Amino acid sequence: MSERAKGLSRQQMCDRLAMEFGDGWIVNLGIGIPTLCSNFDFSDKQIIFHSENGVIGYGPLAPAGEEDMHLVNAGGQHVTLEPGAAIVHHADSFALIRSGRIDVTVLGAYEVAENGDFANWKMAGQQGGGIGGAMDLASCAKHVFVAMEHQTRDGKPRLVERCAIPATARGVVNLVATNFGLFEITAQGMALREIAPGVKVEEVRATTGCNLIIPREVPPVRLAQ
Amino acid sequence: MSARSKVYSSFDDAVRDIPDGATLAFGGFAVVGMPINLYQAVAKQGAKRLTCVSNSTRGGATLPADAPDMGQMIKNGQVEKVICAFTAPTRASQRLILSEYVEKGLIEAELVPQGTLAERMRAAGAGIPAFYTPAAVGTELAEGRETRVFNRREYLLEHALPLDYAFIRAYQADAAGNLRFRRSQRNFNPIMAMAARVTVVEVEEDILPVGAIDPDDVHTPGIFVHRIVKIPPPPDGWWPQRPGSIKQ
Repeated sequence: MSERAKGLSRQQMCDRLAMEFGDGWIVNLGIGIPTLCSNFDFSDKQIIFHSENGVIGYGPLAPAGEEDMHLVNAGGQHVTLEPGAAIVHHADSFALIRSGRIDVTVLGAYEVAENGDFANWKMAGQQGGGIGGAMDLASCAKHVFVAMEHQTRDGKPRLVERCAIPATARGVVNLVATNFGLFEITAQGMALREIAPGVKVEEVRATTGCNLIIPREVPPVRLAQ
Repeated sequence: MSARSKVYSSFDDAVRDIPDGATLAFGGFAVVGMPINLYQAVAKQGAKRLTCVSNSTRGGATLPADAPDMGQMIKNGQVEKVICAFTAPTRASQRLILSEYVEKGLIEAELVPQGTLAERMRAAGAGIPAFYTPAAVGTELAEGRETRVFNRREYLLEHALPLDYAFIRAYQADAAGNLRFRRSQRNFNPIMAMAARVTVVEVEEDILPVGAIDPDDVHTPGIFVHRIVKIPPPPDGWWPQRPGSIKQ
């Protein structure tokens, strides 16, 4: 068996979430897997990428050797600016987060619970943690999407009834893409919306730690063209 | 002009009077706008029992390998407490100097959501003693703390974070201490300057004469700035490294 997890690649997981972004949305991508959302071809949609350090309207990574040493995104990557970009300081950057101007934040997670709680700032048994801007973003963005592997390295489920490690925010997650499929948090619980090619519904059920609402026919995950 | 000049000729002079027990903030985000030279000066100055505020205690990929960050002050035994948005590594493979001191009970680490950290300093600089925010409601960080419902939503009470000293890095300064930052260099720096009794700035370009920065282009006015030092070119001054020159 190869190193790569079964089902969707990380890029495909992020492509699937990026398809849900609306025209004109202001998007904040978390460090790690979610940064891949910016590789998606948005075609005619205008997407404005915001980063916690006050950059509004950043573009692709700068080519090697052409980095602007004064310009990084929240992951410390040397990005470029799109026409119309603006820069603010950290308090204004979080003012626009807190006041609900971010249409969607895509975050990584260790666990997502069926009620929309999720955990991504503190590993089990750890002292302290790495919160960054995740609590502010998760509490205040209009939509919260999560991109993560379906299981831990030890094969434990990441989609669970209740988070076992400390939560980042309660009841906020709308949509989760894992390598096994696309999941939506609904008022009735967690629903399997689309399934990854080559993965069986029974496998998804067996590797998920909460009840899943599963329609009779589960469509395959829509993939980028 | 009779007021004392804000222009200092050395980093050592600009940090000489930090007393033991002071609350210091260090600006910067992922090395951009990070006061690398002032970290070194404070580490050399040696004040102890410090409370240190910063987004994180470590620099980042573009910090030269032997350049100072808060880790050096921690190893020096200068730090009693840190207030940060990152107090543990975000990957299992990473190791923070801070972690072993926290685990041994030698340093207290207060973990604060990044937006709350920024707003606590903004509030201090704006004369606001406390405020309510939705961040961290329902989490471990809110346990036992005051919350209040406004418009059917729960908010957490947070207190202003006043600073004794702020150490920041700017692109340009005039002799009156008016500052301009470049690109994402702004980050926490203007807010820390507002919150501090004494703001010390390391400046990348030559100090400009008073009036050389158009008033409309000033990001941080000189009333928030007390000491400015021009960063010498390398190897005498610390500058971030280009990614291409970093050994992988």
